[in-house]
Amino acid sequence: MDKFTTLTGIAAPMPLVNIDTDMIIPKQFLKTIQRSGLGINLFDELRYDRDGNELPDFVLNQPAYRQAEIIVAGDNFGCGSSREHAPWALLDFGIRCVISTSFADIFFNNCFKNGILPVVLPQEAVDVLMEDARKGANARMTVDLESQTVTSSDGVSFAFEVDPFRKHCLLNGLDDIGLTMEKAPVIESYETRMAQARPWV
Amino acid sequence: MTTEPQSAAARTLYDKIWDAHVVDRQEDGTCLLYIDRHLVHEVTSPQAFEGLRMTGRKVRAPERTIAVPDHNVPTTWDREQGIDNEESRIQVEALDRNAREFGVVYYPVTDIRQGIVHIIGPEQGWTLPGMTVVCGDSHTSTHGAFGALAHGIGTSEVEHVLATQTLIQKKSKNMKVEVTGRLAPGVTAKDVVLAIIGKTGTGGGTGHVIEYCGEAIRNLSMEGRMTICNMAIEGGARAGLIAPDQTTFDYVKGRPHAPKGAQWEAAVNWWKTLFSDDDAHWDKVVTLRGEDIAPTITWGTSPEDALPITAAVPAPEDFTGGKVEAARRSLDYMGLTPGTPLTDIAIDAVFIGSCTNGRIEDLRAAAQILRGRRLAAGVRGMVVPGSGLVRAQAEEEGLDQVFKDAGFEWRLAGCSMCLGMNPDQLAPGERCAATSNRNFEGRQGYKGRTHLMSPAMAAAAGVAGHLVDVREFAAETV
Repeated sequence: MDKFTTLTGIAAPMPLVNIDTDMIIPKQFLKTIQRSGLGINLFDELRYDRDGNELPDFVLNQPAYRQAEIIVAGDNFGCGSSREHAPWALLDFGIRCVISTSFADIFFNNCFKNGILPVVLPQEAVDVLMEDARKGANARMTVDLESQTVTSSDGVSFAFEVDPFRKHCLLNGLDDIGLTMEKAPVIESYETRMAQARPWV
Repeated sequence: MTTEPQSAAARTLYDKIWDAHVVDRQEDGTCLLYIDRHLVHEVTSPQAFEGLRMTGRKVRAPERTIAVPDHNVPTTWDREQGIDNEESRIQVEALDRNAREFGVVYYPVTDIRQGIVHIIGPEQGWTLPGMTVVCGDSHTSTHGAFGALAHGIGTSEVEHVLATQTLIQKKSKNMKVEVTGRLAPGVTAKDVVLAIIGKTGTGGGTGHVIEYCGEAIRNLSMEGRMTICNMAIEGGARAGLIAPDQTTFDYVKGRPHAPKGAQWEAAVNWWKTLFSDDDAHWDKVVTLRGEDIAPTITWGTSPEDALPITAAVPAPEDFTGGKVEAARRSLDYMGLTPGTPLTDIAIDAVFIGSCTNGRIEDLRAAAQILRGRRLAAGVRGMVVPGSGLVRAQAEEEGLDQVFKDAGFEWRLAGCSMCLGMNPDQLAPGERCAATSNRNFEGRQGYKGRTHLMSPAMAAAAGVAGHLVDVREFAAETV
């Protein structure tokens, strides 16, 4: 997993609420057995017509946002499925940070496993950043994980909360399977106790 | 149970199951949680098994890992000839190979026990009260009906559980959803859960584990309870729970992987301790009166767009904030005009099945409406049993004939048109009365339009050719 430290980039405004995982990556692209290559189909049914032509109104098709690395979104981003293809598609497109008032739990969790930072901010802050994102390619936002701040292109800063353990893993690009495997003796001892306490499991 | 962490404070059901599965706790509260059952399907697991292969890791507890192909499999009767779609075939073959290579429990497509992962787990007795159950699928919440802490995980976590049989977790908050009193005739678990989501919104349960309780919940069968917990995720909660009781024990007893003999007695004794203490702390409480719930359907493209069938299509102005624009978009997508009575909405297709409503009780409810009736002209119908065993049971009861006589296609088990990863899809603009769980844009097929409802309501809509109030419909003479 790539580290996430500081990111300064273009933010795309997507004010729609409840952007679900089926919108982020429709089911026909879940048939891959790899993690990469999904960026071209990110937001596929919003982004292309049936013949595969780009829909010019869609934000990521507009010249100012084709290189976006941040999305500022409406409430409850990522609701729906557990498909990790959603963060894989965002990452493959180049998105490393999504800012919203709220995220669906499973999507939120999946982001951290893939080096994407989901930032939760109050409505007022998201409103300011949404306006900033609407300014286009000249307005670059900065997301600093170490100091836990998002700064708009005008220099307005908002502090955000992040779980300390997740922050640590993201800052250092840590593989948490490796970390857990170091705890194998504790897991074994739990299994031994449970074989006594709940042998039917 | 002297090995269980004991707490003097009153605890919720969720607290109790959580405490019983903590392997390790870090200073910041992040826990390593032991996973009793790991269910695996073909779509969210290939990258996880590949990760194990690349790092030379093994599956830590193959006997706790149960794999089945369900999302991609065709449901037509010729499917044993193979899968036409190459990508689908590759995914199913990958699961086949991975299951055998890593030695996990496996139900291939040719096995009568194959079916939707959330239907076969309970059916085979893999899901038991007090367990932790995970799967790379958001509808894992279904298993919460047994009083098991069950939720969906992403593929990275699938790999983590395969390798370590644990999950890194922070505890969620406790939310109680109480449904008091008795349900009116014609009102089912599906109507209850849609009414709940209509009230709380799709984000209402975010960050929480929901326990459903109250007389109306208590009176539900296990099938109905599974329907409720299945859609906890549509209300934003990763997991839903219902405390186990005699209904649960009766359902579990005698299933292939349920405990037997003295172990059964020991298990039931522990399961009986799995309830929320009277003075337990709740972070959020929502109460509905069972008597107030009508047959409920969705009109839009989010499960929170739920209304009683007696209502009319809303207008964007009926909403506030970001929902105004979302409603406008939904109405446009669904091709609906504000003010139209919901019962005036004509449909083209009926889908009966899915992990929400693909169990035997669901098929019985639909068949009861359809007996001696036929689908309206121009409406196509499909019944996809949730598992091979549900199908066999339905056939033994003659339900397949009722469906066929009514003009429905009778299919083999799988996820099918709930998400249309296999060939079962809606055509653009086609409008479907569906017993599944998501009405998202494109969910059942590109530009397909989905109205969620109960099996009886979907069957009735199929006969009428438009959405209909099953309470009036049932009273009509055939």
